[in-house]
Amino acid sequence: MERLPRWADLMLVPLISLALAAIISAIVIVAIGQDPLEALNTMVTGAVGSAYGWGYTLYYTTSFIFTGLAVTVAFHAGLFNIGGEGQAQLGGLGVALVCLSMNWPHWALALPAAAIGAALFGAAWAAIPAYLQAKRGSHIVITTIMFNYIASAFLVYMLVDVLRPAGQMDPATANFPPGTELPTLNHIPGLSLVFTKGVPANVTLFVALAAAVAVWALLWHTRLGYQIRAFGKSEPAARYAGINPFRIIMIAMLISGGLSGLMAINNVMGEAGRLVQNSSEGAGFIGIAVALMGRNHPVGVVLAAVLFGFLYQGGAELGLWTSIPIELRTVVQGLVILFTGALDQMVRMMLTWAFSFRSPSQARGA
Amino acid sequence: MDYDTLLQLLGSTLRLGTPLLLACLAGLFSERAGIFDIGLEGKMLMAAMTSAAVAALTGSVWVGLAAGIAGSLLMAAIHGIASITFRGNQLISGVALNFIASGITVLVAQSLFRQGGRTPPLAGDARFSPITLPFAEELQAVPVLGPLYHDVISGHPILVYVALLCVPATWWLLYRTRFGLRLRAVGENPAAVDTAGISVIAMRFAAVAITGVLCGLAGAYMSTALQAGFGREMTAGRGYIALAALIFAKWRPWQALGATMLFGFFQALALRPDVVQGVAGVKVPVSALDALPYILTVLVLAGFVGKAIPPRAGGEPYVKER
Repeated sequence: MERLPRWADLMLVPLISLALAAIISAIVIVAIGQDPLEALNTMVTGAVGSAYGWGYTLYYTTSFIFTGLAVTVAFHAGLFNIGGEGQAQLGGLGVALVCLSMNWPHWALALPAAAIGAALFGAAWAAIPAYLQAKRGSHIVITTIMFNYIASAFLVYMLVDVLRPAGQMDPATANFPPGTELPTLNHIPGLSLVFTKGVPANVTLFVALAAAVAVWALLWHTRLGYQIRAFGKSEPAARYAGINPFRIIMIAMLISGGLSGLMAINNVMGEAGRLVQNSSEGAGFIGIAVALMGRNHPVGVVLAAVLFGFLYQGGAELGLWTSIPIELRTVVQGLVILFTGALDQMVRMMLTWAFSFRSPSQARGA
Repeated sequence: MDYDTLLQLLGSTLRLGTPLLLACLAGLFSERAGIFDIGLEGKMLMAAMTSAAVAALTGSVWVGLAAGIAGSLLMAAIHGIASITFRGNQLISGVALNFIASGITVLVAQSLFRQGGRTPPLAGDARFSPITLPFAEELQAVPVLGPLYHDVISGHPILVYVALLCVPATWWLLYRTRFGLRLRAVGENPAAVDTAGISVIAMRFAAVAITGVLCGLAGAYMSTALQAGFGREMTAGRGYIALAALIFAKWRPWQALGATMLFGFFQALALRPDVVQGVAGVKVPVSALDALPYILTVLVLAGFVGKAIPPRAGGEPYVKER
């Protein structure tokens, strides 16, 4: 089979996968007796039709950049981290503990401290499955899934029995002190001209973009990044080259867990201002779709995160304005993962076939 | 803990272990043929919804069961096409199918019944009711064994006994038939099977189809026997626990029975905080008990598995040499 041009492999494969996912979603919408065009219209208007909509889309985007990067780093080490959800929830616990620990004078001080707390807790939650994979050979896919369930039970315990202030009914922490409130986009000079109404997207967006640059630099411009990618491509070769598998598995998973945890500064600190149950709302799982769609490259991850931000905000609008259940988001998410991660070969075959018509002489030459 | 409580615990162990057992055997067929299947969870969920929905609409649990198996088979077919025909990543395909199932079950149930993504409660013929085994009443007076037979072994829905019969059937099929030999060979060394003139693709599709049928039974059991109706995410990670049990059992049928019943026992314990407190002697938070089956799964995977060697060609798409 002749190879696709590089640009087609990088750009067209994800786009066609997305189109296929969209077509099937439309069929699903028709099958449950709704109008797909109306649905699309509602999604576009609600998510990207106004600055207000963008404020929500970018808020979700911020979370998905973190979790997408988390899955990406683990993927490059040949590890499939499905535990982003649990790691993000633990990150939320880290944020809550930091924010409630003292009366923070200014958000610029609270943000780095909370970020460290979030990353440490997220990384710690990834450390156990990583250790079990590296030392005992327990399958990391299954252990990280189990850790998602354990995390959610642990968070229920912490919120109900430990962190809940006396006299409060709902299982949540107290509100964080005012000094931890992060500026939202409508409070940032310059951007406030665009975002006139209060939106949840906040300065964490820039932290997420910085994290994307950092992951890019780490993976392609450091010795450690080279070792991670070498290990992911071929463990025996990496071993032969003197790369320590235990070290790489641990480091890659700690970075991955830390990135998942970091998303908590967006939703817990930036938006809710307190820690509630199931704070991450599935964003950890979206990271899988984002990483696959983004072809495991930070640039792709950022673009895919915007797309899923649109899907998430648009899906929420669907739940509000139409009788299409919000779970449609999960279906689209699954379809994108299926087409980009498992049926990518099919898409590539289709494209190769199409390209063979475009340039018959080249195809014969190859 | 007295004898009656123990019997109750064992009875619910069997009830809760049954879906795990069916899913575990389902995974066994797939993985023995070299196809990893993270998507047991999604297949069960799909079967749970389709069987409960059709049972609610037709009033017959048997039609519901058939629909459940059909729903699960559809998911299995997609997994087969992705991982066998198009040689895609089997783990990712399974994860994708789990998300699709998680969403689409709610979409369909909501558009059919408009009850917040649930099916209406099932009753009467729309549900599998417990059956009493012969002589259960008569033998109840026999000390120790009588109540054991009456309370633990007898009095379950028929699918529980079907699941138990699946264990020797699986053993026989895998180790005593030509089909089983070929199936195992396809998971260890597909090239050799291909050389012998047997289609690797057909064998793998057959294995994936058996997985679909067994997951269909597991899902239908969840919504029409264990519970009376479908609720969103009702499988609650059982597909993954079944996978853990499969590794614990080292991909062997009788050991799968033991492993799934152990995990079923953990789940039964989680439902009885009073018993756990009585035995442990301290107040245990409810959420700790909720997490117990998952924690124990991790512990089992971490410590007691010994050396679990998966089928050698597991997860590897087969590319015919040219």
